[in-house]
Amino acid sequence: MTTTTLAVLVPLLPFLGALAGLLLGRTAPGFVRPLAVLPTLASLVLAAVVAARQGGGRAVDAATELTPTGSVPIELALYIDGFAALTAVLVTVVAACVQIYSTGYLRDDPRYPSYAALVSLFTSAMLLVVYSGDLMVLLVGWEVMGICSYFLVGHYWETPQARAASLKAFLVTKLGDVPFLIGLFALATEAGSFRITRILDAVAGGGIEHPTLIALLLLAGVAGKSAQFPLHTWLPDAMAGPTPVSALIHAATMVAAGVYFVARLLPLFEASRAAMTVLAVMAAVTMAGSALAALAQDDIKRVLAYSTISQLGYMTGALAVADRGAAVFHLLSHGAFKALLFLAAGVIIHAAGTNSLAAMSRMSHLRDRVPDAYWTMTVALLALAAIPPFSGFFSKEAVLGVAEHVVTGHTEHAPAAAGWIVLLAGLLTALLTAAYATRLWLLAFRGHGPEAPDHGRQPLTMTAVLWVLAVPSLAFGGFAFRVLPDWFDGHDLTPTLTTSVLGTGVALVGGIVTYATWRHTTAYAARTPLGAVAAHPEGGAGRVEAEAIAGHEPAYGDIAYAPDPSDPGRLLLGPLHRHAAAGFHLDAVYTALFVRPVRAGARLVRFLDREVVDTYVRGAGTLPRWLGTAVRRAQTGNLQTYVSVLLAGTVVLAVAAVLVATGA
Amino acid sequence: MHLAYPAVLSALLFCTGLYGVLARRNAILVLMSVELMLNAVNLNLVAFDVWLSRAAEETLHSGQALTLFTIAIAAAEIGIGLAIVLAVYRNRGTSDIDRLRDTAEGHEPDGPDAPDHDASAPRAAAENAEATA
Amino acid sequence: MTLAATLAGLAAGTTDLAADSRGFLSPTGVEIAFLLVGLVTFGAAVVTVTTKQLVHAALWLVVTLGGLAVEYLLLTAEFIAWVQVLIYVGSVIVLLLFGLMLTRAPIGRSPDADSGNRWVALAVAVAAAAALVWVVVDAFRTTWIDLDGAPAGSTDVTGASLFQHWVLPFEALSVLLLAALVGAIVLSRKATADAATAAATGTPPAGSPPAVAPPTTAPVTDPATGPASAPVTGPSASGAADAGSDTEGSR
Repeated sequence: MTTTTLAVLVPLLPFLGALAGLLLGRTAPGFVRPLAVLPTLASLVLAAVVAARQGGGRAVDAATELTPTGSVPIELALYIDGFAALTAVLVTVVAACVQIYSTGYLRDDPRYPSYAALVSLFTSAMLLVVYSGDLMVLLVGWEVMGICSYFLVGHYWETPQARAASLKAFLVTKLGDVPFLIGLFALATEAGSFRITRILDAVAGGGIEHPTLIALLLLAGVAGKSAQFPLHTWLPDAMAGPTPVSALIHAATMVAAGVYFVARLLPLFEASRAAMTVLAVMAAVTMAGSALAALAQDDIKRVLAYSTISQLGYMTGALAVADRGAAVFHLLSHGAFKALLFLAAGVIIHAAGTNSLAAMSRMSHLRDRVPDAYWTMTVALLALAAIPPFSGFFSKEAVLGVAEHVVTGHTEHAPAAAGWIVLLAGLLTALLTAAYATRLWLLAFRGHGPEAPDHGRQPLTMTAVLWVLAVPSLAFGGFAFRVLPDWFDGHDLTPTLTTSVLGTGVALVGGIVTYATWRHTTAYAARTPLGAVAAHPEGGAGRVEAEAIAGHEPAYGDIAYAPDPSDPGRLLLGPLHRHAAAGFHLDAVYTALFVRPVRAGARLVRFLDREVVDTYVRGAGTLPRWLGTAVRRAQTGNLQTYVSVLLAGTVVLAVAAVLVATGA
Repeated sequence: MHLAYPAVLSALLFCTGLYGVLARRNAILVLMSVELMLNAVNLNLVAFDVWLSRAAEETLHSGQALTLFTIAIAAAEIGIGLAIVLAVYRNRGTSDIDRLRDTAEGHEPDGPDAPDHDASAPRAAAENAEATA
Repeated sequence: MTLAATLAGLAAGTTDLAADSRGFLSPTGVEIAFLLVGLVTFGAAVVTVTTKQLVHAALWLVVTLGGLAVEYLLLTAEFIAWVQVLIYVGSVIVLLLFGLMLTRAPIGRSPDADSGNRWVALAVAVAAAAALVWVVVDAFRTTWIDLDGAPAGSTDVTGASLFQHWVLPFEALSVLLLAALVGAIVLSRKATADAATAAATGTPPAGSPPAVAPPTTAPVTDPATGPASAPVTGPSASGAADAGSDTEGSR
């Protein structure tokens, strides 16, 4: 088979699996698990074959136009360069791991068939986004991912948090998608095509007249999808979904779609220095702010969610200094270790019966209950904190190295201001990342107090994939930084000495300071007993998690916050802690700015409709009703009356006709 | 003979029958009035047939043939009509046409044992008076 | 109206054939006879639709139909006349009388024989009569029927035309009569079955013969009748049959 055929099969197989799963879900439950896992595994193999054949050489470009659609043609196009091939491998690896993990995690869930089908559909849509060479087709995958995310976040729709979170995720991403769509149309109008290759040709030839406007419009959609400031608020709330969904969608793939999109169209963004500066500021605010917020969260998954936002900030930062190689490098390594972190967190939540770090810090021997999760999570946290030689170190240093390049004026692609912003914010974030990674590890695995409950070993399907993902978290960066430039633009991704020393130094400082603080505060833990565990610890992992999410707010007063004096983050952040826990009150600001005016407007419309419009409608109805009442009196039921009136009318008509006929 | 004589007589008989159909209360009397109307038509047919057979040398005698058919159909009609009236009478206990008001607005279909016959009669009379007025 | 106009034109043509001097003020003998019998017929018809005695109405209908038979004879349609006497007077009137008996129509004057629709009906009928008479007289006032020569409706002529030109409709009519026969039987049987179920649920025995009906059903027959008419509703239906035959005999 040609590479093109293989590449078409990659998104098609999960799509067919999703269709079959939805159709057979009720009638043949035995087929659901194979239908979920096998197509994803097959497309993993195919994606690997495609990547091997492409091998970083010339991009595979194939297109067919189904039907003429007017001025700007829409084509089914494939465009596979090194970025697309490797991103597809990452997506399929994570998707396969998540599907396997889900068979254990949602073992007892009655809605597992639809869940698995939606995950397959999501995988298919993401692969479509990755492989598509046409922006309209890319948009189809983009929106299908959005709706799948809505359904999957709302998987536990019995809980009010999940319902609110799914709606919020959908609306906030759509808020970004509207300008995104307008931007796509403006871009296609100016370039005369939706094909990415032609658009890039047009950019190179100077055919785009308003690059700043288009780039900013597209950035809105990217910010919504990739959870960048100020549209990032949906991602922490989306943790109300099942953990595998968080791992797949909200860590490794969907949120990476925005970064991937910008990486594809980077020359367009480079054409506008304003857009690059905006991108840099956005990245800086996102990475530093959400790292601060991550330090204050109590829910283990919300820590990881803010961490994801922060790491996505690194990627957009790399794009802001015009190096998509570094951005996609970080995307790949982050996808692996963040998926691992989420899946391990799912195991820990199941074992501990709670998602609260405060409650976990009051349990001892939790790490003995879940040794697989303990070791793999340690690896992943080290990768997150960018400690050499784990993969996160190399990718993060690539980003910082590029920023330093820009600052020292070695490149013409990006403004030096963007380089400074990204470099400083990146170093600050490296410090904070190490701090919250250390805090997470200490609170989760170094607790004191009564022993953690023993629910037996975790299912093999859940622990095996942790080790599978631990391999790239450990070794991907070290092996890849020499090879990847051949696949990407050819920019050198080797860590530079300055940034390596600086980055590793601040990370070590962050970790050590956090450890010292923890040593100081952990004594308070015994004094303030805290902790609520799920009511059904023997239930399936999915059920335990749903109960833990639903129980966090009544137990601690807030979905993200716990009044725990033994939290090292509280001491480190000082007065900032309260605001960081609430995500710097961005939700409150949105409530004041948007939600309340919209609600007031809705009330006004409701009033106008109920009181004003309806009055006219009722008035319009009353007159015919009176007329009807009057006419109804003629309906006596007496046939003779009817016939009398009928014949009287006949006589009148006949006389009139005679008079007309005789000319009288 | 002037053709006007049978024609006018026929018209008058027809209108008499018309009055009977509209004004009579008993269903059998209504049937009688229908017979009157049919006979008026028959008279017309015969008169015109006789006239045309002479004046226009018409040899089909279609008027007389149609008269015979009308008579036969009238016989059938009276048989069916009486059967219907008897069925109604057996079910409702009455053959008065202005009692059969199931199609009236707001009328509840009453069974054969509706107890409010006496009560509804004045109301029906009042409605009749309104309709007349 | 076009028909009337055509006929008027045709009549104008025949007027030329006939004598011009024939006016309404110099009637022939046949015309006088037709007029007199017509007056009797019309009067009987008016009485039929206005009398308050139901059985009398049927008997006056006999007079009307008999008068019409005489008019047919005067128009030289003798076969139609005998058919009229045989079928109408012989069977239809008898059927109607049976119907009156079976529905237990009251003997004697019943003040509610006319419905409240009377005045509307009168207005409509008078208006229709005025319009029809006006049109007919206007169209045919000069048209003359030549009654001399061979009769136009003798049995010979009628039979010949009927079985030469009208065989197919004639046979179709026999099918129609059969259908009517079957229909009448079905209706009566169905009514019996319904009445049987109704009787089983305790309703008045509507399916039973009228002669054995309990007297309490008499008010049901005519509940709107005031107290004044109560005595005349009393006699049973068999009495009504007797009274009817008496009246007939007296005529």
